[in-house]
Amino acid sequence: MGWTRKDLLSMRELDAGEITLLVDTAASLQEIASRDIKKVPALRGKTVVNLFYESSTRTRTSFEIAGKWLSADVINFSASGSSASKGESFIDTAKNIAAMSPDVVVVRHSSAGAADLLARELPCSIVNAGDGAHEHPTQALLDLVTIREKKGHFDGLHVAIVGDIAHSRVARSDIHGMRKLGMTVTVAGPPTLIPPFVQELGAKVSYRLEDAIGDVDVIMMLRLQQERMTAGLIPSLREYARYWGLTLDKLAKHARPDVLIMHPGPVNRGIELAPEVADGPYSVILDQVSRGVAVRMGVLLLLAGRKGGEAA
Amino acid sequence: MSSSAPRHREKAQVLDEAALDRALTRISHEILEKNGGAKDLAFVGLRTRGVSLAHRLAAKIAQIDGTSLPVGTLDITLYRDDLGMRGTPVIRGTDIPFSIKDKTVILVDDVLFTGRTIRAALDAIIDLGRPTAIQLACLIDRGHRELPIRPDYVGKNLPTSRRESVAVRLREHDGEDRVVIEEPEEA
Repeated sequence: MGWTRKDLLSMRELDAGEITLLVDTAASLQEIASRDIKKVPALRGKTVVNLFYESSTRTRTSFEIAGKWLSADVINFSASGSSASKGESFIDTAKNIAAMSPDVVVVRHSSAGAADLLARELPCSIVNAGDGAHEHPTQALLDLVTIREKKGHFDGLHVAIVGDIAHSRVARSDIHGMRKLGMTVTVAGPPTLIPPFVQELGAKVSYRLEDAIGDVDVIMMLRLQQERMTAGLIPSLREYARYWGLTLDKLAKHARPDVLIMHPGPVNRGIELAPEVADGPYSVILDQVSRGVAVRMGVLLLLAGRKGGEAA
Repeated sequence: MSSSAPRHREKAQVLDEAALDRALTRISHEILEKNGGAKDLAFVGLRTRGVSLAHRLAAKIAQIDGTSLPVGTLDITLYRDDLGMRGTPVIRGTDIPFSIKDKTVILVDDVLFTGRTIRAALDAIIDLGRPTAIQLACLIDRGHRELPIRPDYVGKNLPTSRRESVAVRLREHDGEDRVVIEEPEEA
């Protein structure tokens, strides 16, 4: 099983073999995080540019650390404080950066399809670090790495993804990845936040939290994107927290004792996740973050290390 | 390894099961002799067959000397100088569950050829800590060095031509213990 793609744009485009290769590679790289000297020379002389048009803590830092641990030169670009604020268009900025010969450009943008556009236009490898409500493949991969590490396998696992499915690129990437590996996925949330496409992707739908979390191995809580509230999609934060917030009480009553609680971050404490749950024994939220570095190392390594390397 | 490589046919057997075992027994004695015993020694095997050989050497030293030495696994993919020239890098992980600081590390590989793998392994080991010394044991030294690297312990010196290849087959992976020289099949 080889890696031949120039870019990593979505989970949708990957097959089960490619996903497994990425998960295996990341799991093998995890060991570097526990070394005294956290640096290996694999990507020496390669340049990675983080091109971020949306705010991000975890993802940008994670790509930066991943690149640096692999000895790549990592350059961070954020839209504020750049020519973007002087009115330069996205594609012009990207082409200018590409003219400086980076090997990999990691892009986050509020518009779906931004990464695909760059992949078509630029000769270097493109990694999608989140494009609008479309996809966020490295988040799905780190979720998969965490699940396999904690559960030991993927076979027959059942995952509930709870919350604002409609606006979540994480949910979309997770559903693609999990379904391709043969897992069962139930999505749950208020009807206004469940888009029709989820059934086409093979996910089941539930409109009650207590039903959704009943017999699952993993509960993936999503951030309630509070800007949605003004759009009239949920009645109030308090009502959302009451019906869709995960509390210790609901977990004890309805969930299995070996369930994993995951969240892509940032967490709205007290809204979708009670603090005792976020910090509790079921939570693997910080494990997800540390696996994120290994996943991004794996992605950079496979893209920059594929045969022919930078020749697009 | 690569799918485009021509098929190989066996040209000659170099070591049979008994000879392979005798070579490992001799190397074990040489390790103990050179280091004045087994104190502060540790084995690090290079994936894949070097790891099996390291475990066998450790077992022999346990028999001879009664000391149980630690054995680690090294994957040097991240240290190669030909990333991007060989197709998809396959990372299988380094697992050295002991400190190599102030240890004499015996690096074990099956076949010593250009020396580039060992060059990468030396960098990889030194990134994990500062050992007292690193010594190199290989089952077969087939020559054609491209770097100033020489082994401390050799099972068998085997002059080869570059177009030939040396296959070390071990029980743990291949169901048999023997070493053969192969050459590409004529088209």
